[in-house]
Amino acid sequence: MNVPGALLGLLEPEPSHGYELKHAYDRYFGSGRQLPYGQVYATLARLERDGRVKAGGTESGGGPERKLYAITDAGVTALESWLGEPERPEPHLQPVLFAKVMLALLSGRPAEEYLDRQRAAHLQRMREVTAGRETNGLAGTLVADYALFHLEADLRWIDLTAATLGPLAKEISR
Amino acid sequence: MSELTMTTPVLAAHGVTRKFGATEALRGADLTVGYGEVLAVMGPSGSGKSTLLHCLAGILRPDEGEVWFAGRRTDQLGERARTELRRRSFGFVFQFGQLVPDLPAIENVMLPLLLAGQARAAAREQAAALLAQLELDGLEQRRPGELSGGQAQRVAVARALVIRPEVIFADEPTGSLDSLAGLRVMQLLTGAARAQGATVVLVTHEARVAAYSDREVVVRDGQVTTLATTP
Repeated sequence: MNVPGALLGLLEPEPSHGYELKHAYDRYFGSGRQLPYGQVYATLARLERDGRVKAGGTESGGGPERKLYAITDAGVTALESWLGEPERPEPHLQPVLFAKVMLALLSGRPAEEYLDRQRAAHLQRMREVTAGRETNGLAGTLVADYALFHLEADLRWIDLTAATLGPLAKEISR
Repeated sequence: MSELTMTTPVLAAHGVTRKFGATEALRGADLTVGYGEVLAVMGPSGSGKSTLLHCLAGILRPDEGEVWFAGRRTDQLGERARTELRRRSFGFVFQFGQLVPDLPAIENVMLPLLLAGQARAAAREQAAALLAQLELDGLEQRRPGELSGGQAQRVAVARALVIRPEVIFADEPTGSLDSLAGLRVMQLLTGAARAQGATVVLVTHEARVAAYSDREVVVRDGQVTTLATTP
């Protein structure tokens, strides 16, 4: 999972505190594995160092750190670049694809286009694997089939998600 | 390759709309297909992909828009001219039910040649060669009911290819087959079509089948989306 990308996406609609970002991340993308506070603040510090977020004043109080973070223009550019770039087709991509879809919907970006590009990248990979499927004997065919079945499973998920975008957008805007 | 084939798509649809009653199956679909290309047309059920294939192949006439084949507009042709076009220039492979059950495999493949007026002996020779190319030698005298699903579908592929059509239209050609038989059909279909230089328009919802194509488009809500791998 690309935590910096996800945090930028969550920050884009409005400035937020590390504490709130962590909870938004856990709610959408945690799937039972929460993001440690240390990682949230370390990632925000790196994003700030790279000019992708800007930290406002720290609010006083006895609770957790209350620094308000806002995305910068450079941060928006980095976010768009990450969202728009298809992931390298390989097994177990679902968390990052799901995050991109959610972040696109949260920010009013065209999630369908991201899914289309990813579908094209997957199909191109399937084409390459299919073309070489029978060049290395039966063992090679079985290795190719394993890759093809996994790519196909991803594609089914991509198609299902594409068909569900309308209701999903409604659900998260509630 | 002639200048015409280098600059003109073999098939094109411009703003094609087709309704069935109140249902708009195609809503301004645009598509071009290059000579010798194997194109996969994908999309959810009911998205209009089969209707698009039928319009491109001259089986259906669009309500609006234009369809072109080899630099010639075909949507304005009458029924007889479109039938002639399909018989001479196009081959078809459907999901099932296209072979004549009472005829042996070889005679099923000979049929389009005989309809085109070819002599029986020459037709038999061509059909036998194509059946062998599709790994069906020895099964020439079997009737469709005596063949496995995959074998019967390969006979259908041979029948589509035997007239050396410029375009093969295949609508879910592996839809009734198990995975391995389906892949074998695709391998042989695309291999034989490429060897003949034929264009293939392949409607499928299966990614593994589409992986035998050169390019894919997605039909969604009656319109064609061309996919790009880069933003």
